[in-house]
Amino acid sequence: MEPVAIVGVGMTEVKRERAADTVADLVFEACTKALADSGMGIDDIDIVLTGSNDFFDGRTISSMAVMDACGSYDKNVSTVEGDGTFGAAHAVMRVLAGWGTCLYCVHHKGSESVMPLITNAMFDPLYERFLGIEAVTASALQARAYMDRYGVTEQQCAAVSVKNHGNARLNPVAQMPLEITVDDVMASPYLADPIKLLDCGPISDGASAVVIASADRAKDVSGRPVWVKGIGYSCDAFHLGDRDLSKVDALQAAAKKAYGDAGITDPSGQVDLAEVNDAFSYMELMSLEGLGFCERGGAGALTESGATALGGKLPVNASGGCISSNPVLVTGLNSIIECVLQVRGDAGDHQVEGVGTAVAQGVNGPCGQSQCVWVLGGDA
Amino acid sequence: MDDWRESQEILVMDGRIKVPYTWSAGEVGTSYLEALRDEKRFLGTRCPNCDIVYHVPRMHCPDCFTECERYVELAGQGELVTWTVARRHYPPLSPLGGRFGYGVIKLDGADTGFLHLLAEFEEGELVTGGRVEAVFADEREGSMLDVKYFRPVKGVE
Repeated sequence: MEPVAIVGVGMTEVKRERAADTVADLVFEACTKALADSGMGIDDIDIVLTGSNDFFDGRTISSMAVMDACGSYDKNVSTVEGDGTFGAAHAVMRVLAGWGTCLYCVHHKGSESVMPLITNAMFDPLYERFLGIEAVTASALQARAYMDRYGVTEQQCAAVSVKNHGNARLNPVAQMPLEITVDDVMASPYLADPIKLLDCGPISDGASAVVIASADRAKDVSGRPVWVKGIGYSCDAFHLGDRDLSKVDALQAAAKKAYGDAGITDPSGQVDLAEVNDAFSYMELMSLEGLGFCERGGAGALTESGATALGGKLPVNASGGCISSNPVLVTGLNSIIECVLQVRGDAGDHQVEGVGTAVAQGVNGPCGQSQCVWVLGGDA
Repeated sequence: MDDWRESQEILVMDGRIKVPYTWSAGEVGTSYLEALRDEKRFLGTRCPNCDIVYHVPRMHCPDCFTECERYVELAGQGELVTWTVARRHYPPLSPLGGRFGYGVIKLDGADTGFLHLLAEFEEGELVTGGRVEAVFADEREGSMLDVKYFRPVKGVE
């Protein structure tokens, strides 16, 4: 792959409700932070990409509502519906297509609507939707399938929540820094067995943006570029009954492509940090297995061993993850941004020593139907 | 600059989007829902190339793009592939009250599972791989809720 770099990143603080900010306010804040980080002005941006979800925003073509906030007047603009990892992948493709710099922003205000009603609407209107299924109950079906197949325990899932909420205490933009124990998670009420309240990411408001540049344009920026070493994405069946929900085929396919680009043959040996989807605690375990950091069914024990803690061999979700801050769609871009900050050495209190190569993962669709994997590194 | 939030109430606009839709069930969907409504029968389709029986039925095999044979009749019983108990109910989403859950159910004769409601079970009674059976509604109108829910088959381990 031709060298493409992330040269600027910007995140709003993520909160349960940012009542005083419109979505455009959030996008403007994220974009101006990303531009300032890159040392560029809006006039240096060649092309703009936005990400949003119409149902969450309650408006048709919701991306159009933030065009002024991302400085897109008189620019080529396109929109990617879905998680930020996928949108940012398209931003990279725009740069590979010949545009020198691309500003990509994505926003979410979960506080402005009713989450179960929105996630219910992603299911098939003929066969599934009016059964009342939504994201939590659907994910519970997957958690059960995965845990039953591999003998993963609720305590192992809880250990993910404990670790990531603890990491969030070191991240000033994280929404839910918590000092909790496995017992606390186990004592929290069931929402849908085996998922309990503290296994779930919160409802969140937030926006993020990145500036992506060609190697030529990356020379001009003031900050340290972080290079895109590989990207892969892959999709599985939509209907939950069509897939074995315990499997991670799509993630394995996405990882294979991204690792191939990046020359990674031994993920555990070559990756220094991973930011993965943990909107529900069991998802981090499935993600680690799909990304090849351990054998299938082994991520629970890996987590309990401390290997994925901040001081462990492979720190995972040093940012606190989506379980601590969950602006849907933005979460994937935040995983990429955390990798960028870690590679640059700019992650502050949650900085991991010596991150040369970092992996970010994002998901779209019910139960991780579609998966996107990024490999980022410090050298072109 | 003073924070305006300290001196002013934040105004929010209440709204509601309610748009009627009429989603086509298509050819196999129409036949499927008619069979549920009129005969309390479950229909699947078979890919002749992969020898996979799809339930709910598909026109074409999503794996190999071959046109599926229609129809294969399936039992009103099957295996619980995975399940959950819904502890939080979200009106107006939840069609059932009381104790209920969701399951992916593989009907006997089908190779794929489908999603439906679970009810009439005791705490701790649901198990992966357990047997469940359809309970039909008395009044049926050609929708998936013509099956009220699935329940564990009594007397079967």
